[in-house]
Amino acid sequence: MLGKLDWSAIPIHEPIPLVAAGAVLVIVLAVLIWAGAKGYFPYIWHEWITSVDHKRIGVMYVLLAMVMLLRGGIDAIMMRTQLAIAYHSPGIFPPEHYDQIFSAHGTIMIFFVGMPFVIGLMNLVVPLQLGVRDVAFPTLNSVGFWLTATGALLINISLVIGEFARTGWLAFPPLSELSYSPGVGVDYYAWSLEISGVGTLVAGINLVTTVLKLRTRGMTYLRMPMFCWTTLASNLLIIAAFPILTATLAMLLLDRYLGFHFFTNEGGGNSMMFMNLIWAWGHPEVYILALPAFGIFSEVVPTFSGKPLFGYRSMVLATMAICVISFMVWLHHFFTMGAGPDVNAVFGIASMIIAVPTGVKIYNWLFTMYGGRVRFETPMMWAVGFMVTFIIGGLTGVLVAVPPADFLLHNSLFLVAHFHNVIIGAVLFGAFAGYTYWFPKAFGFRLHDGWGKASFWFTFVGFYVTFIPLYAAGMLGMTRRMQHYDVAEWRPWMIAAGVGTILMTIGVICQILQLAVSIRQREELRDTTGDPWDARSLEWATASPPPVFNFAVMPNVAGEDAYWLIKEKAKRDTLETREPDYRDIEMPRNSPTGFVCAFFASVTGFSLIWHIWWLVGLGLAGAFATFVVFAWRDHDEYVIPAQEVARIDRVNIAERRAAMNMAETPA
Amino acid sequence: MTDTTLQYAAHGHGDPHHLRGLQDSSLGHEGPAPKRIVTAYGFWIFLLSDIVMFSCFFAAYGVLLRQTAGGPSGSELFDLKSVAAETAFLLISSFTCGLASIAADVRSARWYQVAMAVTGVLGLCFLALEAREFADLVSRGAGPTRSAFLSAFFTLVGCHGLHVSAGILWLLTMMAQVAAKGFREDVCRRLLCFALFWHALDIIWVGIFSMVYLLGSAV
Repeated sequence: MLGKLDWSAIPIHEPIPLVAAGAVLVIVLAVLIWAGAKGYFPYIWHEWITSVDHKRIGVMYVLLAMVMLLRGGIDAIMMRTQLAIAYHSPGIFPPEHYDQIFSAHGTIMIFFVGMPFVIGLMNLVVPLQLGVRDVAFPTLNSVGFWLTATGALLINISLVIGEFARTGWLAFPPLSELSYSPGVGVDYYAWSLEISGVGTLVAGINLVTTVLKLRTRGMTYLRMPMFCWTTLASNLLIIAAFPILTATLAMLLLDRYLGFHFFTNEGGGNSMMFMNLIWAWGHPEVYILALPAFGIFSEVVPTFSGKPLFGYRSMVLATMAICVISFMVWLHHFFTMGAGPDVNAVFGIASMIIAVPTGVKIYNWLFTMYGGRVRFETPMMWAVGFMVTFIIGGLTGVLVAVPPADFLLHNSLFLVAHFHNVIIGAVLFGAFAGYTYWFPKAFGFRLHDGWGKASFWFTFVGFYVTFIPLYAAGMLGMTRRMQHYDVAEWRPWMIAAGVGTILMTIGVICQILQLAVSIRQREELRDTTGDPWDARSLEWATASPPPVFNFAVMPNVAGEDAYWLIKEKAKRDTLETREPDYRDIEMPRNSPTGFVCAFFASVTGFSLIWHIWWLVGLGLAGAFATFVVFAWRDHDEYVIPAQEVARIDRVNIAERRAAMNMAETPA
Repeated sequence: MTDTTLQYAAHGHGDPHHLRGLQDSSLGHEGPAPKRIVTAYGFWIFLLSDIVMFSCFFAAYGVLLRQTAGGPSGSELFDLKSVAAETAFLLISSFTCGLASIAADVRSARWYQVAMAVTGVLGLCFLALEAREFADLVSRGAGPTRSAFLSAFFTLVGCHGLHVSAGILWLLTMMAQVAAKGFREDVCRRLLCFALFWHALDIIWVGIFSMVYLLGSAV
């Protein structure tokens, strides 16, 4: 009846996951009770869960990422604590638990922090920057988000029911095969990634179609803001790479569930084929995360330097070059496979070549700042911190791209330090920059600057204190994924890394406080104009938060930095007093399709993990029925009348005029 | 606003990279594309991603082709006559699917339903032959667990078969939808996507026919 599931799946003898899960459960229940008592449920259901508005979905993506960042961060704290202690001692966590912690940390940080964070920001911002009313497929957008949430849910369920993978974040066979991992851990891993992978693919298709087919009048490709270009490149990579992940994990699952021989030691299977396939997805994945971050910096740096982006066209070229070359370097993840010097040399050189367009970008940002009036507000702090950190990470990357050096450093902590150096330095700093930069657009008030800067400094310094020691320990021969050790030389570095983790934790706490303080002081931090940073692209041309239709009248773009041009024109000429020609606006209706579909996906995923076959059938039938019901509805759009559009727009125009007059009067 | 920014405006700030010539001529942009174009375009991109997924299974088949683990190889197993019949069913179904699209274009519900029904029946014939082939292989001890080669074979061909099955489910839904809602605009957009999907399955089958069966028979 319940497949492999019985009471032994609950880890009663392991207090740590049980207490952690209990705490999470209490928090979730408390939030639910609070929301219920305040009568928020109808609002949450109608305005958020069933919303097909790209801005709302973007916010929910970012929220999911931040919650999962806490989970992945707690995993990191546990790992660093273990290694600071486990010198000549077993430490706090037994090996089978420690292995789950580092596997969960990697999986969560990449798939459920990095991905939803960048996809959320792209969702929120790109349609606004393109001057349009929504993404290409609004309901599908909601489906994509909720499927991602399903993956995150399954991973968190593994904390209390059963176990998580002990295989590392990419579940290499033969270790991940049934004979060496007989438990449900790898199944949790694979099914949650299969389901969230579909969500990511859907988001990718949606955003590529949006950028290529939905742009406002006059928004030619070479007038698009840089963030739209990096969105295009990143989502093209999603479309080309995520199916590889889906196929590879499907093969692993077939091995595990039906006794196939793709990657097994027996029957002619080839586990190195898994390495090739998974990294053919895995390396583009690095750029799927990094390119949007580069895009964020390309928005932040010009805004806070008061100058247009230096070398716009070279930036476009560099972005697209990275998009292509990222598919030609995957083998550098396993030079030690023994493919021979010629193959290794080709991939080594390709890996160094991809550093060139990235270098071009760094120079472009530096030259954008050069001669500008740089304002060091929080987003700009993250951007400058990124440039310094990312250069170091890039240089160590070029070092491990040299095959002979890689043979020595492979799977050492040096490598761990390198990829944290680029992922934290670029993706996380970029996500935080984007979060602080676009928060006023999403909610209508700024985040508190002081707490933001405090968070930046703790995170920035904490990062170096944590990861520079890992470079050193790696050079001293310490390998990754080690549960305890007895080499005296490594000990001080492990303790230093532990101290760094404390600093980074304080950084995260500052960020949480920043949000709390900002919400409390939202009236002082209110942005009434919609353009709090004196910025350049179209998302700032509408109110904060934008009305559901984004733009009362679709903007007409006359050149690069579209909104800057509009502002300049308004300052130069006498203000136009003629009202724009308001029309009725058709918007897509909200739909619970995404949420219901994800509910059935969760049921299906969970029952697949536990071999509850009848429930699998039920879940799939439910998902299909959901789509049919969706396809059967007769009214998929509603109309906002022109008078209502005009009323909303007049308020914003009045606020902008007032702000402009205030700026001019003192002079 | 400061003097600096105004200065920029004076220095042709609106066109900092001197793209004016480019912008005025060929690169002019009219605004968002109509819904039909957007939907079909997005679905094309989905099909491309699906083809990437198939390419992984093709690659795995190529790598594992000779890994028979002492078991039977393709030349001992494949019955090319049955495969030729499968191919014929699928290609003809693509033709009738095209007829259904034409019927939809001229808003002929009767011919649309007939053509879709024929397409579905041909698809089912294809699936029946494939199921017979699979059952036959398993009964001869050449199931997917026998060797890495057979794992790759069953996965690649089976994945295509799953797509055809899903396609038939979709086909039935579309027949019901036209019967219930008529040729409404959104229904027609879905029909367009269905037709693209069905033809794409043909393209993949051509790959399977030549790479799996023809090349596989030579090993």
